[in-house]
Amino acid sequence: MIKLPKESYSEEQIRQWLEAVTDPEIPVISIADLGVLEAVIVTSDRVVIEIIPTYSGCPAMYAIRQDIIENLHIHGVENVTVVVKNQPAWNTDRMTEKGKENLKKYGIAPPQSGSNPLIVCPQCGSQDTTCVSQFGSTPCKALYRCQSCLEPFDYFKCHV
Amino acid sequence: MNEAAIYHYLLRLADTSLTQSQRLAEWCGHGPFLEEDIALTNVALDLLGHAKMLYEQAAEISEQQLSADDLAFLRDVSEFKNPLLTELPRGNFAFTILKQYFVDQFHVLLYSALRHSMYAPLAHIAEKALKEVNYHLERSHGWCLRLSLSTEQAKMKIQEALDDLYFYTPELFESDAYLDDLQAQQIIPDLTQLQADWQQSVDVLLAECQLNVPKKGWLATGGLRGEHSEHLGYMLAEMQFLQRAYPGCQW
Repeated sequence: MIKLPKESYSEEQIRQWLEAVTDPEIPVISIADLGVLEAVIVTSDRVVIEIIPTYSGCPAMYAIRQDIIENLHIHGVENVTVVVKNQPAWNTDRMTEKGKENLKKYGIAPPQSGSNPLIVCPQCGSQDTTCVSQFGSTPCKALYRCQSCLEPFDYFKCHV
Repeated sequence: MNEAAIYHYLLRLADTSLTQSQRLAEWCGHGPFLEEDIALTNVALDLLGHAKMLYEQAAEISEQQLSADDLAFLRDVSEFKNPLLTELPRGNFAFTILKQYFVDQFHVLLYSALRHSMYAPLAHIAEKALKEVNYHLERSHGWCLRLSLSTEQAKMKIQEALDDLYFYTPELFESDAYLDDLQAQQIIPDLTQLQADWQQSVDVLLAECQLNVPKKGWLATGGLRGEHSEHLGYMLAEMQFLQRAYPGCQW
């Protein structure tokens, strides 16, 4: 086993590298911006990355785990352990503003809280939209349609 | 803490979610329309996720060196602890939706209470699962109303489903010596109270749906003791086939 000197990698450095690891279903949002990256722990002989799943059954967790390991291997970090934790429970408040902005640019309406949220069309900006299905292409999204430009779009469900 | 009782209860919950998930997954490609097909399988995926968390916790405290996969794929019928309700064949869409509503309402009340469990790992799982089952309940509740208050045909089908399913529901709240012990230690909520709360919510919806609540019927029982209907055997035969035929096979 290759020993990893404690001073060789800072948590900040690891986090910067992990910016390149994105949600495999939504490649414009990093796992940090999504709120999935819970902790980076550098110990004397390895780097431990703790992640939490968005939805309990999210199959992307396997891909994310692999992507983290590969990404850090490329940067020369040999001993990487990825731990998937159930706690804390993920929610959409963990998503950063940058992450929400990137979603919008990509064509996915970012999560809105409140009992009667206003979902704005990410294509044309119209507020005249309607829910087609509470469930979409992945567990975290619902399907909407814009009544103005008539385009369908994904809405990242608010999860609190 | 009584680890044997906790292990038993974790399997009870995990088996319930897994069998419910498997029945929903059978709809993949057979939903009445595309959006609904996706919704059914999305709910199935969430339930599979809950089962996974529960099996992982059970595996962690099991005395034998078992994995979550071993628990899901290598136990036989008599070792499963789900209520008979969740192993029933999926039936038609009205049957699936009403059964889903009964289970969703149960899960929402159960996980709300389990968040305060004295057994922390269970409280954490409940915290996470609750967010998802709340969303499931919104959908199944809405569908029950839509089917009941639409055409004669739809109303007839959901009434038939109610007649068939109603007396399977009390088993969700059944207890045994292990569960009595867990209730006394406040690791799980009082099941009698949980049933009363569930019944109250269900009564409100069924009245709104203008459905006739059946008065008398055969009360299903046996799941906690591993006594199941023949349906579970067929389900496991399909679900466990790969691990049985190719032991240790990985995706």
